Amino acid sequence: MASAALSEAEKVYVVHGVQEDLRVDGRGCEDYRCVEVETDVVSNTSGSARVKLGHTDILVGVKAEMGTPKLEKPNEGYLEFFVDCSANATPEFEGRGGDDLGTEIANTLYRIFNNKSSVDLRTLCISPREHCWILYVDVLLLECGGNLFDAISIAVKAALFNTRIPRVRVLEDEEGSKDIELSDDPYDCIRLSVEHVPCIVTLCKIGCRHVVDATLQEEACSLASLLVSVTSKGVVTCMRKVGKGSLDPESIFEMMESSKRVGKVLHASLQSLLNKEESLGPKRPKVGFLG
Amino acid sequence: MAGLELLSDQGYRIDGRRAGELRKIQARMGVFAQADGSAYIEQGNTKALAVVYGPHEIRGSRSRALPDRALVNCQYSSATFSTGERKRRPHGDRKSCEMGLQLRQTFEAAILTQLHPRSQIDIYVQVLQADGGTYAACVNAATLAVMDAGIPMRDFVCACSAGFVDGTALADLSHVEEAAGGPQLALALLPASGQIALLEMDARLHEDHLEQVLEAAAQAARDVHTLLDRVVRQHVREASILLGD
Repeated sequence: MASAALSEAEKVYVVHGVQEDLRVDGRGCEDYRCVEVETDVVSNTSGSARVKLGHTDILVGVKAEMGTPKLEKPNEGYLEFFVDCSANATPEFEGRGGDDLGTEIANTLYRIFNNKSSVDLRTLCISPREHCWILYVDVLLLECGGNLFDAISIAVKAALFNTRIPRVRVLEDEEGSKDIELSDDPYDCIRLSVEHVPCIVTLCKIGCRHVVDATLQEEACSLASLLVSVTSKGVVTCMRKVGKGSLDPESIFEMMESSKRVGKVLHASLQSLLNKEESLGPKRPKVGFLG
Repeated sequence: MAGLELLSDQGYRIDGRRAGELRKIQARMGVFAQADGSAYIEQGNTKALAVVYGPHEIRGSRSRALPDRALVNCQYSSATFSTGERKRRPHGDRKSCEMGLQLRQTFEAAILTQLHPRSQIDIYVQVLQADGGTYAACVNAATLAVMDAGIPMRDFVCACSAGFVDGTALADLSHVEEAAGGPQLALALLPASGQIALLEMDARLHEDHLEQVLEAAAQAARDVHTLLDRVVRQHVREASILLGD
C-alpha cells in the first residue's frame, strides 16, 4: 500500500499530539476530514459515485447485468465486487502491482455484504432459478491519501443508492417459452434500499489512543488498526484487525464502541447528503472532475 | 448496423454535428494534488484522466536506464465500467498494451528527453467512459498532464480521429460511428510545426481520399490545440492569482 516515509521525530510528534486529542491538521480523534460525494458521474453505468476524502479519491461504477442465480440461492440475485488500484495513485500499482491490495479490499467488501440484511437480494430476482440481476460493483482507486476502506465503503453505498435497474417483465408463451420484456419507459426502474448497507469505520491505534480517518502519515505511526463495518442503526456486521502490531482486548471493546458512535453519525450525514442530491432532480449541475 | 445513416442528406451526423465539427471539449489541469502532474478531459461522452510521475529515478532494473535521455513509460487502462459491455480486466490485455506503446511513441517524439538522462517519466492514462476517440482523448489529457508536471516539451501534442463516409471526411468519431466499420484514422500532431507524431489507419481507404481525411484530422487537431491552449492559460492565470503575482 502506498505509505509515507516518516522520520522518528515526526512519528513522536504525531503520537504526542494524538495523546492530547489534537492531530496534525487540527482534528479531534473522532473527526473525519471533509468528504465530497457526488453520484451519477459516469453515464453508461446503472449507478455511480465519486468520493473525495482529503487526498483519497474513489470512483465506483455499478453495472446491472442479467444472469442465472446461484444454485443454493435460486430466489436471489447477487453482487460481485472488483477493485482496481490504478497506477494513478502511485507508480507501484503499475501492471499487476495493485492486485494484492485490490483483492484484499474486494474480499473485505464481500465479507461485509455477506449477510441477509445488508441488501435485499430478493428484489434482484426476475424469475426463480432462471434469471436474476447481477450487480457488478467496480471500484476504481484513483488517489491514495489514507483511510481507503472507509472511503470505498461510502462510495459503494452512494453508488448503490444511485443504481437504477430497469424493470423487466417475464412473458410466458403458449408453448411455455419465456420472453423477457423491458419496460418502454426508460425512467421506469427499481431502486435498491440502502438503509441497512454498512459502512466501514477504520480505527488506527496510535500510542494509547485510537483515531478515526487516519491520513497516510498517521497510518505510518500506527501499528494496528481495527476495521469495523457498521450499519446506520449501529449494528456491527464485520470486524477485522489489520496491521503488524497487537491489540489488547480492552482497546478492542473501546474501539468498537467508538466505531458505533462514529458510524451512526457518518450514516446520518451521508444519507442526508444523498437525499439532498436526489431532491435536486435530473437537472442538477454535474461537476465530476471538472470542479 | 444496417440502415444506420451516418451522414444525412443535409450533412448532419447522428448526434447532429456537421462533418468537420468536434464534440464539446472540457478540460482541467491539476486534478490530483499528490501526483506530479494530472489532467482530466471530456470530449463529448468520452472521459479520460492522465497522471504523470517524474522525472524520477528508474524503478526496477537499472540496466534499462538510457545514458543520454529519459525513459518514457506509459500505461493505458480503461475502467471496467467504461464501455457499454462490462470489461473483465482494466489493463493487461492486448489492446491496452498496444495503446500504451502508441502513447509512448507519441510522447517520446514530443518530450525533450535529452534534458533528463538516466531517469524515468511515467504517464498513466485512465479512461473513465469510452464513447469513441479514446486514443485522442488520452493523448490530449496526457499533454495537459505533462505540462502540469512541468516537463519540457517541444510543443503541444493534439490528437483527433477521422473517418470517411459517402465521400465526406468526418472528424472526431463517436463510438457508433467507429463501430459502423468504415475507415478510421488516428492522428497525433505537433501543431506549431505541423509534424505528425503518430498516424494510424484501420480498414480500407482509397489513396485518392487519404489526403482529404488526413487534412480533416489535422484541422480538427489544430482546433483541439486552440482549446487546450486556452485551458493551460486559464490554469496558469488562476495559479498566479493564488500566488499573488
